[in-house]
Amino acid sequence: MSSYLDTGGRGGIAGWIFSTDHKRIGILYLATMTGLFFVAVVIGVLMRVEQLVLDPPLFAPQVYNAFFTVHGVIMIFMFVLPGLGAVFGNFFLPIMIGARDVSFPRLNLMSWYAFVAGTVIVFVSLFTGDGAPDTGWTFYVPFSVRTGTNVTLGLTGVFMLGFSSILTGLNFITTIHRLRAPGMTWHRMPLFAWSLYGTAWVQLLATPIVGITLLLVIAERVFGIGVFDPAKGGDPILYQHLFWTYSHPAVYIMILPAMGAITEILPTFAHRTVFGYKAIAYSSMAIAFLGSLVWGHHMFTSGMSEQANLLFSLFTFLVAVPSAIKVFNWTSTLYKGSIEVRPPMLYALTFVFLFAIGGLTGLMQGALAVNVHLHDTYFIVGHFHYVMFGGTGVAFFAALLYWFPKMFGRTYNERVANLAWAPIFVGFNLLYFGMLVLGYMGMPRRYFTHLPQYHTGHVIASVGSFILAAGLVLFFANLVVALLRGKRAESNPWGGVTLEWRIGSPPPAENFDVIPEIQGRPYRFNPEVSE
Amino acid sequence: MTTAAGAHGGHVDHEGARFGMWLFLFTEILLFGGLFILYAAYRARYPNEFHEAGGHLDAVIGVANTVILLTSSLTMAASITALRTGQRRRALASLAGTIALGVLFLVNKYFEWSGEIARGFYPDSPLLAGRPQGEQIFFGLYYSMTGLHGLHVMAGIVLLAVMLALVLRHRITGGEYHKLENAGLYWHLVDVIWVFLLPLFYLAA
Ligand code: HEM
Repeated sequence: MSSYLDTGGRGGIAGWIFSTDHKRIGILYLATMTGLFFVAVVIGVLMRVEQLVLDPPLFAPQVYNAFFTVHGVIMIFMFVLPGLGAVFGNFFLPIMIGARDVSFPRLNLMSWYAFVAGTVIVFVSLFTGDGAPDTGWTFYVPFSVRTGTNVTLGLTGVFMLGFSSILTGLNFITTIHRLRAPGMTWHRMPLFAWSLYGTAWVQLLATPIVGITLLLVIAERVFGIGVFDPAKGGDPILYQHLFWTYSHPAVYIMILPAMGAITEILPTFAHRTVFGYKAIAYSSMAIAFLGSLVWGHHMFTSGMSEQANLLFSLFTFLVAVPSAIKVFNWTSTLYKGSIEVRPPMLYALTFVFLFAIGGLTGLMQGALAVNVHLHDTYFIVGHFHYVMFGGTGVAFFAALLYWFPKMFGRTYNERVANLAWAPIFVGFNLLYFGMLVLGYMGMPRRYFTHLPQYHTGHVIASVGSFILAAGLVLFFANLVVALLRGKRAESNPWGGVTLEWRIGSPPPAENFDVIPEIQGRPYRFNPEVSE
Repeated sequence: MTTAAGAHGGHVDHEGARFGMWLFLFTEILLFGGLFILYAAYRARYPNEFHEAGGHLDAVIGVANTVILLTSSLTMAASITALRTGQRRRALASLAGTIALGVLFLVNKYFEWSGEIARGFYPDSPLLAGRPQGEQIFFGLYYSMTGLHGLHVMAGIVLLAVMLALVLRHRITGGEYHKLENAGLYWHLVDVIWVFLLPLFYLAA
């Protein structure tokens, strides 16, 4: 059977951008998102350079404002939000549950088009109108209503991106409900599929809220409807509520699939079945649920009532419980396993370490009194880079290393992948731990410059960012070389046991000749031992 | 065992399509839900102003449009039933009737909005600027919510027109009626949302 890479009739680019094959769509996302990631990394590094060159500033303050806005919008809406779901979910969800494709293949392609359209609109908004948006990725009113920059167009683009996310979520839920292979009961589903299921519900239920909120900001700017404008009786705090009702659950859209991928990688390299299958599966759902009740912790200093503050703080502490369940299960999975630290495993373990720092600093901010001190400082910036970059970003790298041989049928140089880990890890911690310390000392976020007492910290962070960026370049260069010149991969290079490892590398166009009958639980590394 | 072996056979998974449609309707409800929450918050803050501002709306048109939409839901359901029981002509007529009622709704809406605007009630208008803030919010919400709903009616009309074409070309038939059914679900949702808009705005006085 020929692989999905060389079938399709239509040659060249048309064979890709008109293909409804879920695997090709996954690759389309991978290519677009990686490109966008690097654009945003360059902007991130430029911001770090700005903090080195103070007098006169390298970029005008207004340029710095545009920088962090664009950097944030790209990283959030175009990289971590589609994230592992759009790339590896599209590619592997149908395979892992024994299906030939998702439920609505054409809708799936349409989501990618919506994604590209949204991206294009955001980029057009940077270079047209009266300057690039300068509100930060949160688009807080009243500033986003008053500023003269091209926010209206930027918001339109973000709205399109949300639409894409909704359609993907809808598709995945239906696929999981309808297309599981015979014998694939809910409790026999791989945990990556479970995590996508929880994520898809959040995507479906939360994204419309931010959609309508952003539409209202557009209407506010174009028609002056007044619902968020204090001059007309509107209440900006309501904007914040609606925005975070979506955007906090959204961080679970980012992290759940990442956790799911880690849950695939750890058992494979510990050669041991996953510890606490059901606990992991249901903690995904618990995170999705509890995560929808904590949005207020972004607004402790905005002037909500005391009771609301207390409740939101309580829920914030509670949501740490299911997250911690996962971390304990992962460590227990490793216990008495025969651990083999190959590149995917190295990055997966790094994920656990960095995510734990991100999670614990998150808890610190969940405490009301501490929050007042930390609000709007570099501490926040450090924290969310730990969870989104150290968490989702690094998990994305781990997943890429894990599934690369399967997706492309090529192997990469493992030594270089390990080598790239060192600058990424060192640079990352210099940069973001530096930010945590700076923030604790009082350095505010979103400032193009800083006071002299913060200078040493900024220099350390900037040096870290250069090291990190170099590591990222090495990491991806290695994979590009592998793509062009890598040796042919076997169908199961790591000894994985989920369905994707039982078909060829790269997978055949139809995934399976015959839809498999599922006999038992996933992760049975020792089939003799019964369930 | 909850598996869907039938879904693998290459033919269309009707139940999956219906399931997907319901999920989509959830998202629509949440989209409007954000607006309903805003309405609730502001109404609690400005009860008297909302009462006052509601008096400036034309309840007659509002009620007439409610009757129109409810009737259109009836013809929509009739169309599906007719198709399933093999009465193709009747199904086509009911579907065309549904579309016509949708258009009529929009025509009314057009006159209603022009009337309000002519009397000076529109966002940022000099008239509203001189009135209490709660009334400005009321009209902001009124135009946003009925406007968004109007857009949905337009989308529904386009959707139903496509369905009409498909029935005419025998792509939707008594045996393969599921697309029409899903389009019907969408149309009913648009209708239900209106049923909530009516008391919140037109009967607020
Ligand atoms: C080498 C990589 C990166 C560098 C050097 C970098 C650097 C920065 C810097 C300097 C800021 C602005 C801090 C401020 O002045 O407030 C920032 C903000 C931000 N970054 Fe990154 N970052 C990188 C990667 C990422 C990644 C991978 C993500 C997400 C997955 C991310 C998400 C964000 C967000 C959401 C903001 C906030 C923007 C805002 O304030 O509106 N960054 N980053």
